[in-house]
Amino acid sequence: MADLQLNILKVVDKYGSVENTLECPELKSLDASTLHSNLTSLWSKELINFSKIEIEQWDLTKEAQDFLVNGSHEIRLLEEVIKSVDGLKISDVNSKLGAVGKLGQGKAFKNGWIAKDSDKLVSKVSSLPEDSVVQNLQIIKKSGTLEDKKELTELKKRKLITLNKIVGYKITKTDKFSVEIVSLETDITSEMITNNTWADKKFKPYNFNSEGVYPQSGALHPLNKVREEFRQIFFSMGFIEMPSNQYVDTGFWNFDTLFVPQQHPARDLQDTFYLKDPKVGGLPQDKEYLENVKQVHQEGKYGSIGYRYPWKLEESLRMVLRTHTTSISSHMLKELAKNPRPVRYFSIDRVFRNEAVDATHLAEFHQVEGVMAGYDITLGDLIGFMEDFFGKMGVTDLRFKAAYNPYTEPSMEIFAYHKILKKWVEIGNSGMFRPEMLEAMGLPKNLRVLGWGLSLERPTMIKYNVSNIRELLGHKVSLDFIETNPAARLDELLV
Amino acid sequence: MPTISVDKQDLYEYLGRSYTTQEFDELCFDFGIELDEDTTEDCTAGERPQLKIEVPANRYDMLCFEGIAQALNVFLGRQLPPTYKLSKPTTKLTIHKSVEEVRPYAAAAILRNIKFDQRTYDSFIALQDKLHTNLCRNRTLVAIGTHDLDTIQGPFTYEALKPQDVKFAPLNQTQVMDGPGLMEFYEKDKHLSKYLHIIRESPVYPVVLDSNRTVCSMPPIINSNHSKITKDTTNVFIDVTGTDRTKTEIVVQIMVAMFSAHCAEKFEIEPVEIISEHNGQSRLCPSVTPRKAHAEISYINSCLALDLSGADIAKLLKKMELEAEVSTSDSKLLEVSIPITRSDILHQCDIMEDAAIGFGFNNIKKTKPKSESLVASALPVNKIADICRVASAQAGYSEIMALTLCSHDENFKFLRVKDDETKAVKLENPKTFEYQVVRTTLLPGLLKTIKENRKHSLPIKVFECGDIVLKNDATERRAINQRNWAAIIAGKTSGFEYVQGLLGKLMQTLRANWIEFPKENTGRGYWIEEDSENPTFFPGRGAKIYFRAGPDAKEQVIGSLGVLHPEVMKSFEIPYAASSVEINVEAFL
Repeated sequence: MADLQLNILKVVDKYGSVENTLECPELKSLDASTLHSNLTSLWSKELINFSKIEIEQWDLTKEAQDFLVNGSHEIRLLEEVIKSVDGLKISDVNSKLGAVGKLGQGKAFKNGWIAKDSDKLVSKVSSLPEDSVVQNLQIIKKSGTLEDKKELTELKKRKLITLNKIVGYKITKTDKFSVEIVSLETDITSEMITNNTWADKKFKPYNFNSEGVYPQSGALHPLNKVREEFRQIFFSMGFIEMPSNQYVDTGFWNFDTLFVPQQHPARDLQDTFYLKDPKVGGLPQDKEYLENVKQVHQEGKYGSIGYRYPWKLEESLRMVLRTHTTSISSHMLKELAKNPRPVRYFSIDRVFRNEAVDATHLAEFHQVEGVMAGYDITLGDLIGFMEDFFGKMGVTDLRFKAAYNPYTEPSMEIFAYHKILKKWVEIGNSGMFRPEMLEAMGLPKNLRVLGWGLSLERPTMIKYNVSNIRELLGHKVSLDFIETNPAARLDELLV
Repeated sequence: MPTISVDKQDLYEYLGRSYTTQEFDELCFDFGIELDEDTTEDCTAGERPQLKIEVPANRYDMLCFEGIAQALNVFLGRQLPPTYKLSKPTTKLTIHKSVEEVRPYAAAAILRNIKFDQRTYDSFIALQDKLHTNLCRNRTLVAIGTHDLDTIQGPFTYEALKPQDVKFAPLNQTQVMDGPGLMEFYEKDKHLSKYLHIIRESPVYPVVLDSNRTVCSMPPIINSNHSKITKDTTNVFIDVTGTDRTKTEIVVQIMVAMFSAHCAEKFEIEPVEIISEHNGQSRLCPSVTPRKAHAEISYINSCLALDLSGADIAKLLKKMELEAEVSTSDSKLLEVSIPITRSDILHQCDIMEDAAIGFGFNNIKKTKPKSESLVASALPVNKIADICRVASAQAGYSEIMALTLCSHDENFKFLRVKDDETKAVKLENPKTFEYQVVRTTLLPGLLKTIKENRKHSLPIKVFECGDIVLKNDATERRAINQRNWAAIIAGKTSGFEYVQGLLGKLMQTLRANWIEFPKENTGRGYWIEEDSENPTFFPGRGAKIYFRAGPDAKEQVIGSLGVLHPEVMKSFEIPYAASSVEINVEAFL
């Protein structure tokens, strides 16, 4: 190997450069792969540069080689026909010429050299014509090709020639060229350091245009990373995390306590998952509260005329998978009535909807919910607070639109101006909880409660440019996506 | 939220000016409705451009062109809210006792000398459709029938007859059918079949009859062809029947409020005397008298951080079709007239919201809520979960977030576990078999994730820390969540020792060291013991995980680990060997 490389260097030195190894008498006998590996080695030592030259060349097949010696099949047949003065009996062709006879016959007919006379072949030419096939083959053997492309195709069809690629190399010197090979070290080793031999060594240059070897690592899920960002925002604003680890609830807590009437479309089988087992929930501990809720729906109370329909306990005790985390907020606010005071609560957890699954809807997803109670707290406070809250995510331009929600009044949809989409997009819902809900719990009239919510998936999908929610939550999520996902920084503007 | 299609040109004419799409969008935004689509660009020649407007689900008065146009026009200060008045009643509707068991409530009204054109007539039909699907809950609560009054003869009765005794030719049919015949006839009807169930099994069917016992309608299914209303009808008889008294009343009010605008005597409604046979009471229907409600001026100002006079607030309310004035008996109160169109107003908070919209949400002064000494805190179980999550990721495992709903097979049969009916919460009405139970173990989600990612480089190392749900009869909600942590390694070999090591690492993080001799060493720690009972694991390759919280604590089984049974891998279609570990992390709270 080393000898060969030294040899190559000497040849390059002799000629100054090698234009094409295929034409270089010293190198043309070397096969391409041997040349390539040795040239690469020399290149890595920065002694030479080289480039590949690819040439297409027609080579003669074994049959064609035979033509050069014995003539083409058709000429050989014609020769035999001319030789037999009375014509050649077709039955004798095989015995005289073997396979060649049969193969030559067709061409000879086509060329108009012979004709058929009953059971004989007779010559139509008086003397043997030139064997143009053999002549062409000779040209190809010499030059690798033929000018007459039609003839070339014909020969290819007759399987007399095949196209081959041959590879040669152009070799030039670098400014570090020498006919001496110094071996280069790939790496600094501990041995070199302890033996102090590193100073005498030459090192291979690094290719910095590369990625390196990635560490083996685990990863946290992108959705949970965004969830953590939201949690930190809530914590920074003094919020207590609610015990939202309760997926199953009664219609009472999920709907009735929130002043959602029992015929509300959200309570349809089409929208809410009801349970078959357990089917019926228990009564709430506070029976007076239960009565208050019933009355406020059925007859009205606390200054409300109510929905005025027969409220049914069975409907209230039907078990559901919670459709929002507000069922938990409701529990928490009921607890708060025991010791009413300003509080800030939040939760980020799963909710369930009996929806048809598509690119933007799953039967379960995460809801981010904030609840803030304060004496005489105002709608201006809600709007001002939303600016702070969303401001922490880098969302600054907010607008509020009136909306309808059974348990908040006023209810406001929050819109933000999307700088890339260049339009206002809805980013959440907010409102003031209704007195019908709060006063039934026993909260004082002037302890008002603000609430707002958004889904965790939507901002995450926007953040990570995910268009299908199933690629973000559930078992269809790609592990590669999880493993290569960047840190979630809600305040970082993505471009 | 319902979406209503309104004629763009008609609306802009009504509002007295033309709007660009953006301008109209702004107007909608300020009022609290949403412009969904302007079809101008998609209209073919001869088609009239429509505006598709999303309206709040409780604004039943905005379910038609007339209501939207009126509400916006009042909001813009271009018109006063109408005053509805009643003319003299000319006919009666008697409600028989027999309807009590099927559809007990009824209301009726007459619109005299109404003049429809094609578009107002279409709007009249569309409003009934919208009411039927929204407020009327697909006709279960309320259903509307409208008739050409000149084809029928009052007084009317509303009664329930045996199905075979109901005989009439239904709308757009000439053939007379009886009750069972009608049910059969409409069984295949795309539109009507979905309402049949409401009365089909009832021993009697409700009908509205005129004085000649001509059937006008069989609510909530169909009207008769005899009393069919057309664009040229001038006197309209409206019957409204239902199972909900309040909504029956609201529906008739909305119908007349919206379409009395097209009567010769604008906003005049001819009432019908309704006689209830069961108590002999009679009343005039509909009532068009605005409801009087009070709102505290201080409450409105306080909620909205405003300092307006009663008169100023009254001006804002006027934009929302509410007439208000400072009460003569108590100057702290506003006396508000709630028109029949505004059944959404239940409490003074609704009046407060209207004042806020009148003022403009985006004009309200932004303030910051007082943040008395509030101390933030994380939910303890989430803190434990975070410790487990971070430790697992640091150990080279990737976190997944599976769905908590799964099929019954995935939670049981695929794991070779029998459902003893004591643990899993089951869904009553899932749309697919993928959502039959709430998981009682994290394994199905992890295994499904591995299946979907089976092309990933091996070994696949995944974990999840999430909630499972277990039935619990002792609690009000009959079930509780439990936070579990689980991990699986899957690859060419089972890798038991790796999940065992991962468990060790996690236990170390949770301050629980491995105890080799649990009988001698009675301190805090964990150990594992072979469990030959667990069918999810390969025989002889499964174990229970024990944890003891401290010297005085009793040891408890907190989970299991083992080599997953080949049949489990087969069921989840995973072509690898795998080991799993799962624990209840709430033991570390």
